[in-house]
This record gives sequence, structure tokens and C-alpha cells, in this order.
Amino acid sequence: MFKELFDAQDWEVVKESIYAKTSVDVEIALHKSKRSLEDFKALISPAASAFLEPMAQMSRKLTQKRFGKTIQLYAPLYLSNECQNICTYCGFSYDNKIKRRTLTPTEIMQEAMYLKEQGFKHILLVTGEANKTVDVDYINDAIALLKPHFAQVSMEVQPMEQAEYEILIAAGLHAVLVYQETYHKADYKIHHTKGKKSNFDYRLETPDRLGKAGIHKIGLGVLIGLEDWRTDSFFTAMHVQYLEKTYWQTKYSISFPRLRPAVGLIEPKVLMSDRELAQLICAWRIFNEEVELSMSTREREKFRDNIIHLGVTSMSAGSKTNPGGYVTDVESLEQFEIDDDRSPAQIVQMVNHQGYKAVWKDWEAFI
Amino acid sequence: MRDALIASGSELVTVALKRVDVDDKEEDILSYLRHDQFALLPNTSGVRNASEAVFAAQLAREAMQTNWLKLEIHPDPKYLLPDPIETLKAAEELVKLGFIVLPYIHADPVLCKRLEEVGVAAVMPLGAPIGTNKGLRTKDFLEIIIEQSKVPVVIDAGIGAPSHAAAAMELGADAVLVNTAIAVAGNPVAMAQAFKQAVEAGRMAYVAGLGAESNTAEASSPLTAFLTEL
Repeated sequence: MFKELFDAQDWEVVKESIYAKTSVDVEIALHKSKRSLEDFKALISPAASAFLEPMAQMSRKLTQKRFGKTIQLYAPLYLSNECQNICTYCGFSYDNKIKRRTLTPTEIMQEAMYLKEQGFKHILLVTGEANKTVDVDYINDAIALLKPHFAQVSMEVQPMEQAEYEILIAAGLHAVLVYQETYHKADYKIHHTKGKKSNFDYRLETPDRLGKAGIHKIGLGVLIGLEDWRTDSFFTAMHVQYLEKTYWQTKYSISFPRLRPAVGLIEPKVLMSDRELAQLICAWRIFNEEVELSMSTREREKFRDNIIHLGVTSMSAGSKTNPGGYVTDVESLEQFEIDDDRSPAQIVQMVNHQGYKAVWKDWEAFI
Repeated sequence: MRDALIASGSELVTVALKRVDVDDKEEDILSYLRHDQFALLPNTSGVRNASEAVFAAQLAREAMQTNWLKLEIHPDPKYLLPDPIETLKAAEELVKLGFIVLPYIHADPVLCKRLEEVGVAAVMPLGAPIGTNKGLRTKDFLEIIIEQSKVPVVIDAGIGAPSHAAAAMELGADAVLVNTAIAVAGNPVAMAQAFKQAVEAGRMAYVAGLGAESNTAEASSPLTAFLTEL
């Protein structure tokens, strides 16, 4: 389990070693054909900022070699904003006095058919954590409803047991996104004060349970803004490296959510500039040529348009982050504000304009 | 892409079934690919075992109206290396189902013979890990495969430059399969053309008969010349 490896690490020591990297370390990392975790530290260090342009060139080349000039498109489908967790940064937090709703099967289909008409073949089911209403059976039913209409159904919901994942995988679940939010254990406690999510270790071990259950793809990431993003990104890289060796038949994807404003919530502790986000994306690609890199509609149009060339391989489009947000209840409370509110058709046009091809389908329903 | 395919002179173009959207005519990748010059070869990329491969093959046959199939089973999504055990299993079953099977495999001479025995139409050993452009890293094994094979040998992965393609053809390979090297070239059409010429040159050299390699220059007065003077 990753926990053993992780527990042997010391946050402050790792952080210091990242900030101690020099331009020589960066140059060495850039000239290798295979990069280690130490090289990754150099690539995300402040010293690498001066190398952003050559890093971007390299990242672009490596990405095109592996993925071609393609961008995979997906859309989130929020099923519920009910949640028993108290999290300082999330609009669905239990202590946030808002109207809660969970979509009925009819509403799920209405929302899903809207997304299907837009052209989506990949959808991501999202919920809060409300184990009484939004449990394995509820999600299993949702997958059964949606599977005939989509090539790929993924989810971003509460962590589950291995046996529960096995049920959902058998029902056709393709990928699970589970972000650690931060690998800083003490800070994690501060941001997740109540509810099951406050259990750091259970969340940390979730990718292991997914790997054992034989999932096709696991999405990892941290919520950028909670803690030092460089140190958090290092631990994410360490986590992926461990998972790739252990669950070698599973694919991995990385996301880079930057903390966005939401109703009644904290301000980010750490601000990450656009330039730093670009550096992080390039560092990931140079470190790992095969990993999928995903960019959500949290980011601004101009940033999204240009980051296509720097290593990103999948994007959401036209997203709504509230249950019923597409058709059935457009006014319900959203999890966070999105910034790029262009329609899927406009995103396709933009992707084409950049010389890339938007890919809707990259999976068979049966495999 | 279409222009590059035509320029390459290729007669067979493989397409990933997982990317083919049979319901959506507008987005259909096949519309870019249909051409008199080349036949389409659906592949099973994305499957992880024999039973998924057989299922995918049947879908491909229905969607693309062809018995031809490039069998690819890579349970490892990082390096996309083929699973020899599942590939042999799937090949046997698919041949029985009437498919013309072209399996993507390691450069393993014994596996090639085993596949030949179950009735595959060709073997497609790799030159190097896919997408690496590293050339014929498995050369010693490819030579054995080519020497022993009764079915055509197509060198599948790792060919990163026209010179690699020429080298494969000089070894006696029947064909090469190229993607990355052309797809990521600054000018894919010109690169496709370069590959066409390299393949033709390599084949011509093989047919013409290459001289044996030697580490030393041949002495112009061999040690045994005196024998004829006696």
C-alpha cells in the first residue's frame, strides 16, 4: 500500500529539497531520456521557471508523439449536492445552508440526453458524500441507465470499498477520479473537519483499493491553493509512480484544479500563477510521457486555448457543476464557479482552430 | 492525414476500433480513410485480454465489413507492450471464426511459429517499444523470425526514420507499419514519401542480394594466393 511509502516521508524535508534545486539540476533533468522523482522535483522547482520555454517545447513534442494532436472531450454530470462532509473550500459543504437535491432517474436521463445531443461520449458522474441517499446502489443504477448511451462513464464520488468498486466496474464504470486535495496531513485535517472525508488515510489508500478492483483508469490530483503546490505535486508524482508499478494494467490521469471561489468559503492559502501552472503541466509531461493530463473549465478561456499546445490531453467543455444544471434545475447551487463557459461546439471549434482534433470517443462500451 | 497516407504508397491502413464512431456520420474517422489505394485494417487497440479482443473483432467486422484484423492486446497501458499468452489464445479463436489475423507481438521467434501454427495470416513483431522511434532494437530476433517464417513478416513498432524502414526491408521483412514517425513530422506528406522510397530501396536491395558484412577490409592478397602460384 502507498501509505507505507508515504509515511516514511517528511513534508518539510521534501519541500526543502525541492526549493534547493538549482539550474544545473534542471538542465540534467531536461537532458535525460528517463526522469526520476528527483528530476521531477527539479522540474517543478523555482529554478525551473527560467527554463519554461524549452520545457514547453519538450512537453509539446512528447505529448504529440504519444497522443497525436488530439484533445479528448468530456462533461461532468452532477447527480447530487447532498453532503455530510464539512470542507472549507467546497460549495457542497454540510454547514453551507443551501437547498440540497439529488437527481431522480428521470432527471438523470434528461441531463444525460442533453449532454449526448451536444456530442459527448464520455461523462463524469459527480456527487457529494451522502451515503444514505447516494450510495453504491444509487450509482450502480445511474451507470446502468447511462451505459447504453455513452462509450465511457467515469465518476468522482466518495471513496469506496474494493468490493463496491468491483460491483460498479462490472456495471461498466471506466474510471474513478479521487483527489487527495493535499498530502499535508495536518492541513488536510484543517480543511476537512467533519464527515468521512476527514479520514486522511482512508482517502490516501483509495487508489490502492481501485487498483486491486481492476479499474481501467484512476485520476489523481491535489487542490491547488490549500498548501505548497510544489510539495503536493511531488507527492502526487510519487503516488502515481507507485501505482504504475503496482497496478500496471491501470491508466492514470492528472488534474490541476486551482481553488475557485465558492459561496461562503476560504481564500486560497497559496496562489499559483498561470506561469506556474504551465510549468507544472510541462513538468508532468516531461516526467511521465504516458500520463493523461486534464484541464477543466475552472480555468479561463485564454489559458485553456493556449495550454492545448503544452501537454494537456483532455478537457471538459460546457460544464455545469450543479445537479440539474444542464436542463432540470439550472438554478441549483453549484460546487464552484466555472470560468470558461463556452459551449461544447465552441470548444471544438477552438480546438480545431489550434490545429488539433477534438476526440469524443476513445473507448468501447463493452471493454 | 489522407494526403500522407496516399503519399506513403501504403496498401493497408490500420484504424483503432475504439476511435470509430459508427453512429455519428459527421465525426466518422472512416470517411477520411476510405480510398481505392488502401484497404482498412481494424485493430483491437484498447483491449486487455483474449475475450475482449474476440468481442472487439466481431464488432469491427460488423462496423467495417472486413474479415481483416490487426490483433493488439496490451494490458500494459504505459508501454503498450503486447501480451503473448492472450494474443496466442485470441488468434486461435479468431482464425476459427474466419478472421484474417495479423497479430502485433514481441520479436519472439517461438511465438511467431506458434501463431503460424494456429493459422495467422502474418506476424507483426516489434522493432522497439511503440512510439519510441528507436529503430530495430530487436534486430537479432527479427532476423530469426524472417528466416523461419512461412507467413509474411511485418515490422510493427519503433520505426522512427526512413533508414530504419529501409533496414527492415533489407533484412527481408515483407512490410513495415509506421505511424508516429510520419504523424509527428514537420511535413507528414514529405515524410510519408521518404518512407515510401526507403521501403522500395530496402526491398530492392534485399532482392538484389546484399553482400556479407565484415569487420575488416578484405585483403587484396589473401594468405592463400600462393597456392595457385605453386
